[in-house]
Amino acid sequence: MSTTAEGAAEQADAERRRGGFSSRRVFILAAIGSAVGLGNIWRFPYVAYENGGGAFVLPYLVALLTAGIPFLLLDYAIGHRHRGSAPLSFARLRRGTEGFGWWQAAICFVIAVYYAAVLAWALRYTFFSLDQAWGADPEAFFFGEFLQAGDVEVTADVVPGVLVPLAIVWLAVLVIMALGVQRGIGATSLIFIPVLVLAFVVLVVQALLLPGAGSGLDALFTPDWSALTSASVWAAAFGQIFFSLSIGFGIMITYASYVGRREDMVGSGLVVGFSNSGFELLAGIGVFAALGFMAQAGGVAVGQVASGGIGLAFIAFPTIISEAPAGALLGVLFFGSLVIAGITSLISVIEVVISAVRDKFETSRLSATLAVVVPTAVLSLILFSTTSGIYVLDVVDHFVNQYGILVVALVSMLVVAWVLRVLPRLGEHLNVHGRPRVGTGWRVLTSIVAPLGLAVVLVLALRDDLSAPYGDYPTWLLVVFGWAVVVALPLIGFLLARMPWRAGTHLDGPPPGSDPALPLHPTPDSTSGTRPGAASDEGGSR
Amino acid sequence: MSTEAVVMMVVAMLVIWGGLGLAIVSLLRHGAVEDRADDA
Repeated sequence: MSTTAEGAAEQADAERRRGGFSSRRVFILAAIGSAVGLGNIWRFPYVAYENGGGAFVLPYLVALLTAGIPFLLLDYAIGHRHRGSAPLSFARLRRGTEGFGWWQAAICFVIAVYYAAVLAWALRYTFFSLDQAWGADPEAFFFGEFLQAGDVEVTADVVPGVLVPLAIVWLAVLVIMALGVQRGIGATSLIFIPVLVLAFVVLVVQALLLPGAGSGLDALFTPDWSALTSASVWAAAFGQIFFSLSIGFGIMITYASYVGRREDMVGSGLVVGFSNSGFELLAGIGVFAALGFMAQAGGVAVGQVASGGIGLAFIAFPTIISEAPAGALLGVLFFGSLVIAGITSLISVIEVVISAVRDKFETSRLSATLAVVVPTAVLSLILFSTTSGIYVLDVVDHFVNQYGILVVALVSMLVVAWVLRVLPRLGEHLNVHGRPRVGTGWRVLTSIVAPLGLAVVLVLALRDDLSAPYGDYPTWLLVVFGWAVVVALPLIGFLLARMPWRAGTHLDGPPPGSDPALPLHPTPDSTSGTRPGAASDEGGSR
Repeated sequence: MSTEAVVMMVVAMLVIWGGLGLAIVSLLRHGAVEDRADDA
């Protein structure tokens, strides 16, 4: 057997140990599960309403086709070609860029810490829905009785009503992650995504049957064409697509590395991209139909009750649930959907860190899971089951999204496109089994249009944050849990990249046998050659 | 609902859900072609 064939056999063995998705269908469902999260349900409807209503469809589609899907395919190409976690994939692109992968993993760690807290709230509210425990004033109940939020300060006063569901969320995550890529993430996605879609369709039908639903949809879809001339509307569209697709921070790189090397990554990417947007549209219809009912019941305009984020989920929706016929069913469907959408996203975020630890330290799945999930859960419980959890969460979420994810995505995209100049090679990889084929258009979109779109989003966000303190929070809170965190993440990332790889880890190029053009069962003859243009990729082991 | 709003809602549904349908059909067709190539 030739040296290349031995390398291919070793790689096949390594991939068996590492685990992977059993089929394209499982991968697509897992990727949809990652992309469809809380933002699809509580962010998109309000962003669309605020930015031109029906006219927002145009910039949204432009952003999806010119930045979202091209960037998604870039992530897929990096992970699928280099067969590794984000740090390993970047190290295989070029050793000096490994830090970008760790930066992404560090961001995922921080997101997991606070994202679980929102799931815990939604889990608790699923049960609150049964008897409308929030009473006549959902806002006072949420901040007062439920979160017990006091003054803006960091306290150690534990709220048992948050601590218990948060511990349950982390226990569920621990079990899913310990089961592995296919039996844990894959099986969860196979069950949860169809359930989520079904639950949300029932919710939308119920919302559409409520009196006043039409006025809600009218508010959402009536176009304000003048909005199309506003840069902030276009930035909002690019931001929405970017944040909801789970691109640019390691998730799609990691998931793509678990896919069989002969799969059509372009076709899969189109399905994932349009599924994510399809669910957002469904959410928009359901949410605004319900808000239309709320406005009619209160005798006010839809604009006066329209909201997004935590305000929509934990204040507006409880009000709707209390007033709507069969409100308990509506509540269980809504908060249950939040829990399901959230858990499939949370496991994708934490998998970025687990896969990075596994690749770097060659540990077992269980050891890596315990090493990552236990400290993440402990930190999450310490920070977010207290009376100050809501404030810390709001600040960390804002800064990590705007200056963590956005900056690492932008910088790593520019490095891949303009410093490493590997887009032609990555496009070639996608084209081996992918249809439609990607070519010059994809390279232009990935290297110019998408970074430009993200840069505008970043500049506008920075302008807003520098002109007024975010959320009127005190400066010390913004510095400690905002700016300091986003500055520390790349430093930690490049520090972690200085740790040596274990002996024998293949770096500087895709591993032997990862070429999708090669047959599934390599023979010495078939593995002795490489595709044109791929010869220079072969790197060495460390 | 106003006519304008109905039109925009239908357009959004057709483009996004239609795009999803086309993407699924394309993926299934291409998968079938690849399977035949493997058989050969």
